[in-house]
Amino acid sequence: MNLTLKIWRQAGPRHTGELMTYKVSDISPDMSFLEMLDVLNEQLNAKGEEPIAFDSDCREGICGMCGLMISGEAHGPEKTTTCQLHMRSFRDGEVITIEPWRANAFPVIKDLVVDRGAFDRIIQAGGYVSVNTGAAPDAHATPVPKPAADRAFMAAECIGCGACVAACPNASAMLFMGAKVTHLSELPQGQPERMARVVSMVDQHDEEGFGGCTNVGACSQACPKGIPQDVISTLNKDLRAALRG
Amino acid sequence: MTETTVNAGIAHGLYREGEPVADSKAPAGPIAGKWRQRQFEASLVNPANRRKLDVIIVGTGLAGGSAAATLGEAGYNVKVFCFQDSPRRAHSIAAQGGINAAKNYKEDGDSVFRLFYDTVKGGDYRSRETNVYRLAEVSANIIDQCVAQGVPFAREYGGLLDNRSFGGVQVSRTFYARGQTGQQLLIGAYQALERQVAAGTVEQFTRHEMLEVVVVDGRARGIIVRDLVTGEIETHLADAVVLGSGGYGNVFFLSTNAMGSNVTATWRAHRKGAYMANPCYTQIHPTCIPVSGEHQSKLTLMSESLRNDGRIWVPKNREDCDKDPRDIAEEDRDYYLERIYPSFGNLVPRDIASRQAKNVCDEGRGVGPMVGDFRRGVYLDFADAIQRLGRDAVESKYGNLFDMYARITGENPYETPMRIYPAVHYVMGGLWVDYDLQSTIPGLFVIGEANFSDHGANRLGASALMQGLADGYFVLPNTIRDYLAKGPFDKLTQEHPQVVEARTSVEQRTKRLLEIRGERSVDSFHRELGNIMWEYCGMERSEEGLLKAIDLIRGLREEFWRNVRVLGSGDTLNQSLEKAGRVADFLELGELMCIDALHRRESCGGHFRAESQTEDGEALRHDDEFLYVAAWEFGGGDALGEMQQPVLHKEDLVYEAIELKQRSYK
Repeated sequence: MNLTLKIWRQAGPRHTGELMTYKVSDISPDMSFLEMLDVLNEQLNAKGEEPIAFDSDCREGICGMCGLMISGEAHGPEKTTTCQLHMRSFRDGEVITIEPWRANAFPVIKDLVVDRGAFDRIIQAGGYVSVNTGAAPDAHATPVPKPAADRAFMAAECIGCGACVAACPNASAMLFMGAKVTHLSELPQGQPERMARVVSMVDQHDEEGFGGCTNVGACSQACPKGIPQDVISTLNKDLRAALRG
Repeated sequence: MTETTVNAGIAHGLYREGEPVADSKAPAGPIAGKWRQRQFEASLVNPANRRKLDVIIVGTGLAGGSAAATLGEAGYNVKVFCFQDSPRRAHSIAAQGGINAAKNYKEDGDSVFRLFYDTVKGGDYRSRETNVYRLAEVSANIIDQCVAQGVPFAREYGGLLDNRSFGGVQVSRTFYARGQTGQQLLIGAYQALERQVAAGTVEQFTRHEMLEVVVVDGRARGIIVRDLVTGEIETHLADAVVLGSGGYGNVFFLSTNAMGSNVTATWRAHRKGAYMANPCYTQIHPTCIPVSGEHQSKLTLMSESLRNDGRIWVPKNREDCDKDPRDIAEEDRDYYLERIYPSFGNLVPRDIASRQAKNVCDEGRGVGPMVGDFRRGVYLDFADAIQRLGRDAVESKYGNLFDMYARITGENPYETPMRIYPAVHYVMGGLWVDYDLQSTIPGLFVIGEANFSDHGANRLGASALMQGLADGYFVLPNTIRDYLAKGPFDKLTQEHPQVVEARTSVEQRTKRLLEIRGERSVDSFHRELGNIMWEYCGMERSEEGLLKAIDLIRGLREEFWRNVRVLGSGDTLNQSLEKAGRVADFLELGELMCIDALHRRESCGGHFRAESQTEDGEALRHDDEFLYVAAWEFGGGDALGEMQQPVLHKEDLVYEAIELKQRSYK
């Protein structure tokens, strides 16, 4: 395959960036999208041009490190992570635009790399159960109904990639936060801190500069793990209960 | 066998032998009482003094993340470092299968002793008995801790935890969270860690890479890191340093490890005096998706459970290798595992399945695309299973794996057989540690995959997660206090000569990598090294091959330092520079792995040594000569990859609780 790539290049956080055009040829449809970028980077290196910076680590769809806006869609045309997207999803001769996640709360570090530290700070605000090592009762002391355990698991599948924020017209992180709130609210272990947790996390979310949720649903559509939009309803329900006292 | 060949490494001047090494920390007495006794004997640190003690932890996977959280909870002043953008990205996250624990919730005869026994036997009697017993002992506490944190393990309808049997053992002791157990356990540890960051006991440094350990007056006292965003070289000092930086499978270039997984933290410590133990012990997993072309950047593992219903075969005739497999008649197929091992068939252990796949491909009977001169793949065929059980039953059992395979290969495994090939996915070797998990550098502790301790020559399924969390939550926090009780040590300044020396060496190395401006990319060196390692230090090793590999690696390393091309500058995010530093260390490690493999003239675990086999071609272990841990001391070297002979220190393995046996599968 031969492709034309328009890629966001930005030297650093305080530099202005621009879309640059590159051509790649002889791309195999079996390559992953990131392997196609590896090929481009080898070409650039050979020509003496600095390679394009982009994040990836596990390259099997679970670590959440990769994430690109591909022709306007978070993680591209398939419902998966960028690393699990393959070139057979594109046509020969296609023009592909590649940008970093766009959100005020995710500042660009360089080229396609953004800072998602805001997600860590939202978890720091309460996305945990306060139990010190060694203080745990026997694992079978508290049975958990299977439907609750399954829904907690579904929400806990979030990989923290940030596609939900990138896809949202308001750059809201409500799906990310709703997934964590739902995971812990479904379990008996999460109950003691349930009300304080949701208030504290939402405060941090707003402080980071993420936008509000207006029920567009683009987040859930873009989520590579298929986290459903109703985790946001769970969050809102908990938040209402907490604010009413 | 004969003396001259056993000592081939010495004969070729590749290494020399030094004094034996021994663990001095495990208390005497019956094995079941050792850990309790050690916890009692280890000095305590008064809670009021803990915040005066600084501990640095490198790596935020299951081991590093859980250790940082636990030491923070205890009140120590912790700094934790990772090269990823968040602690939650560490590669523990990719573990699929599960975590073992001796809970005996199924009342099927499991016990601490049985888990201990299975792990030592699975490791082919090359692990340290005392450490493994402790691992089995604390395994149950791990499950309790994780459940209390909200880790959503699979449950039964009664609300209690589900277990499954895994990796060929006869009891159901594996706890799991669908195929994402590693992810769920890591998120649990990550959340515990972030809670401590919020509490102010832990300071977190993301996108920071450790490039040197600071050793002052014989003690580990800090690390030198590069801020990967600003490029700044920073010095961080402490009373103790803990490495939980994972394994080095990426020395093979292609592995199931993450792109960033590397040996730099442990290799730098090795160069500063920490012994590296059994570096050639690598685990190769049989059911991975094969390489599809020269562009391949990593390999993906599929759960071994596929072998329960899939039949493995290749064409009998080379001419059939590029045919559509559905057009190859039954009589022209070679179900080679069923043929060679009639009683175990497709369920032979990992190492056998892997090696036989390599053998048939080497004979020119592999399938799939040509990669180099060979087709590297064998069929894993579900046609019989679909006919016998129905497509729905197969889908409910393996649906997610079939989907993953289809996404990566673009082929439909319900219609045409899967192709699989072995890949590197874990290393049992690592820095040598004593019972307290302390390396040969006082004050430097090593946990998780980064150390060598618990898996011997082969790791059992569902035990990597167990070891990472055992070390981080329960073992290290109890043993490190015995060391920290001697502190706080003298306050150091950043101007101390040994601190300056460490920082300067990092600055010079970074500068040198940027100044070479040669012709070849970092990846091209890495790929070539990986090919050498896979060919000569992979599943099957021979004296001739290993000697050749050592020569090739030396030549490649020499070329690297004069011909690598790293563009860009050091004062910004520069991913080529990061990779260059890691590959430079892999080029040194690779040689030591080959020397270790050369000196161990026996087949053990997954490591088949051509010169050590039975009459019918099976692995032959030599307990009379090799019942020891090979702990290598760095022999000296310069900054440009020139290395002197390493020194071999042997730790004899003593089995008091378990009797030594040979494995058999025929």
